[in-house]
Amino acid sequence: MLAHMRRYVLILLPLGFLTVFYVYPLVTIFGVSLAPEGQLDLSGFTRIITGSYYLETLAFTFGQALLSTALTLVFALPSAYVFTRYQFPGKSLLMALATLPFVLPTVVVASAFLALIGPRGLLNQALMSLLTLPEPPIQLDRTLTLILIVHVFYNYAVALRIIAGFWANQNPRMEEAARVLGADSWQLWWRIRLPILRPAILAAGILVFIFTFTSFGVVLILGGPQYATLEVEIYRQATAIFNLPMAAALSLVQIGFMLLLMIVYTRLQRRLASDLVSSARIATPVRSWRDRVLVGGTLLFMLLMLFLPLLALVLRSVVTLDGAVTLQYFQQLNINARGSVLFVPPINAIGNSLAFALVTTLLSVVLGLVTAYLLAGRLGQFGQWFDPIFMLPLATSAVTLGFGYLIALDEPPLNLRSSPILVPLAHTLVALPFVVRSVLPSLRSLPPNLGEAAQVLGADGWQVFRRIDLPIISRGLLVGATFAFTVSMGEFGATTFLARPDTPTIPVVIFRLLGQPGVLNYGQAIAMSVILMLVSAISFVSIERLRPAGTREF
Amino acid sequence: MKRRLLAAVLCVMLALTPVVAQDSSSTLTLVTHDSFSASEEVLAAFTAETGITVEILRSGDAGTMLNQSILSKENPLGDVLFGVDNTFLSRALEADLFIPYESPLLENVDEQFQLDAGEFRVTPVDYGDVCLNYDVAYLEANGLPLPARLQDLTQPEYAGLLAVQNPATSSPGLAFLMVTIAVFGTEGDYTYLDYWQDLVANDVYIADDWSDAYYNQFSATGNGGNRPLVVSYASSPPAEVFFRDPQPETAPTGSIVADGTCFRQIEFVGILQGTDNLEGAQQWVDFMLGQQFQSDMPLQMFVFPVNAAAALPEVFAQFAALPANPVSLPADEIDSNREQWIQEWTETILR
Repeated sequence: MLAHMRRYVLILLPLGFLTVFYVYPLVTIFGVSLAPEGQLDLSGFTRIITGSYYLETLAFTFGQALLSTALTLVFALPSAYVFTRYQFPGKSLLMALATLPFVLPTVVVASAFLALIGPRGLLNQALMSLLTLPEPPIQLDRTLTLILIVHVFYNYAVALRIIAGFWANQNPRMEEAARVLGADSWQLWWRIRLPILRPAILAAGILVFIFTFTSFGVVLILGGPQYATLEVEIYRQATAIFNLPMAAALSLVQIGFMLLLMIVYTRLQRRLASDLVSSARIATPVRSWRDRVLVGGTLLFMLLMLFLPLLALVLRSVVTLDGAVTLQYFQQLNINARGSVLFVPPINAIGNSLAFALVTTLLSVVLGLVTAYLLAGRLGQFGQWFDPIFMLPLATSAVTLGFGYLIALDEPPLNLRSSPILVPLAHTLVALPFVVRSVLPSLRSLPPNLGEAAQVLGADGWQVFRRIDLPIISRGLLVGATFAFTVSMGEFGATTFLARPDTPTIPVVIFRLLGQPGVLNYGQAIAMSVILMLVSAISFVSIERLRPAGTREF
Repeated sequence: MKRRLLAAVLCVMLALTPVVAQDSSSTLTLVTHDSFSASEEVLAAFTAETGITVEILRSGDAGTMLNQSILSKENPLGDVLFGVDNTFLSRALEADLFIPYESPLLENVDEQFQLDAGEFRVTPVDYGDVCLNYDVAYLEANGLPLPARLQDLTQPEYAGLLAVQNPATSSPGLAFLMVTIAVFGTEGDYTYLDYWQDLVANDVYIADDWSDAYYNQFSATGNGGNRPLVVSYASSPPAEVFFRDPQPETAPTGSIVADGTCFRQIEFVGILQGTDNLEGAQQWVDFMLGQQFQSDMPLQMFVFPVNAAAALPEVFAQFAALPANPVSLPADEIDSNREQWIQEWTETILR
């Protein structure tokens, strides 16, 4: 009886959360948008289907997302191999640094890339003086190439962490057996590794795809206005033009498209043969030349792709345009020169950001864990049917959801629309898919009879979870927690569109500074971005330390 | 452990829940956009004068803020709305958001700002001109004269030198589009679209938003781009002096204020229907028009006061140029044509 009750509570917890904070606001805003006076207005859909513009936008959105995802996976997979296989100093720090791009606002990332490869960027200047070239050799501004590079820059860590986190749990014996039987390295990859990794590759792929599909700032700022994604169109319709029927129609197309994709994904994601009882893969030290080349190549890639732009940003925060070294941007952050109510001491912004990120992480880990059990069919076979739905918040335009919150959550008992608590709740909605996708592949690879055997031997549900499930999913859970934290630190999506009293976070301060003219404001914005990276890096390393006893480092 | 975790989450959530349900007559909620600012000192003066505490609720840019207020009209977010400008004015008035109020201080406000004179649903508070800014050092070093009219920007000597913003996503971008519409018109043998095509042929840079154009493309500031001309505000040059340490003697940037090159934006405040603190809201509108607030605004939001009696800060008086004849279009014309103009522009220029 009690066990039944517990099961229902567990089932209702994630479903209830999704209903109240996603489905209900969304249905409300769609209702108001599409049927303002009770009369259904579907003109938006007609416009989408009849004109070529929106179909082209959809095609571009899809194409660039597919390319970005493929590229991210191609780069992340060998790195995941190196990170799983080899032991080398500074590994967890590297992993933390690789995740940093994820917290940075797009305008700042654009600045970082311009500081590096812009016409007056460091790399271009260096190459010009080194090779005595009259023109900057790297000219990528406003190209699809740059969009793709920046998408890889942002999402590389998502794929790397999810795949490496899963791989570290897989039993290496199969690989050893194949090797003994004479398999060459091509066969090893094709026949053994990729099939084993398929769930993790698909999970990472779907996250990266959704992220780039709904890409907003990267496409607009780095690609230029001739490129537009559906997300951009929704924003335009909802704010500049205030054509709510059109915005709702486009949102529904976007959500519907993602739903279809998720259904296909759920089908592809077949379960693994469950004889792969997990045992921690033991990373080996770098010995042969081949090892050195592999590890060195990965580090070089990360240096060029991830760390150089970040480094350019750090340089920008301490060097003025004239080339003088200065700390004034950091010093000015603490001075309220105009006595403004907008002023936020950095320490308060850091505090707000950390508080929101902490609540978001706790909420999404608890909810994500329960959701993963639900979707894995561990609370009943029906649970798997919900899989596509839990990914949708990630694919929903922030402005739409923001408007939904405004009109749906405006009365007691849910009068939350201008409460700061809405911020971590909105973040949790976006963070949840990351936790679920990080945990689910490991959870599914766990043979259910293991738990049953333990139960026969007298273990209760809690003990099964602690002793059997947790050691295996903990790595995925940590990956998920890191991303939940990151999502919140980076102030993703919906919160920009919430009416909120003054609880400014680090990204909010960055945006405010960038919204005003003056060299000092720009310098402070970059200094604040460096602080954001620093706080995030320290947090990632601390989260990594939380790893429960009994699981080995990977 | 999970239960303990849940308890911890609940505790944190409770701790974060703000103390609500204050006496509604002693607080006033001001709904505004992200760029609103004022001195702590000035807000404290209002509280000292009236006993009312002002709570500031920010919600996105001006467009997002207005749309949120329209959507929540039946159950308004606050008592007063500040930040609707003349490009959004008729949308706000059509939605019937405001309770009319005629402030006695309007007598100090020039008629050109009173776009709702007679009905007083909104009250003008500040104005600012969207104008071309230039990099003083660059133009001097290259012996380039200042462009005197928009047509000059299509000449070969200015090729690749100008950065503007996308009118579909940026408010100064929209303002600059309005200037070209007012100057070249939408009909005839050389329309605003022809002009834009010439700009594109002359390698104009169309940035997504103001920050990207100003800080990443403009050569005089920020990241140091390679374009010495950018669409910004007439108030940006004083900011480039004020926000430097040490402050330079001469302004590193300037704004071009020739006739037919600038667009005037006027921002309004209005009392929201459904307020339960009408008297307090009226006091706030008066306060915003008063000398103290009006003199505080320039350095807070980089706008100009509508109250002619308000003193300008010195850096403004010295470094800000005001256009004698800025372009303006009737608010209802802007609102009824905005979508079409942006659409036409997008189709012709971007695709």
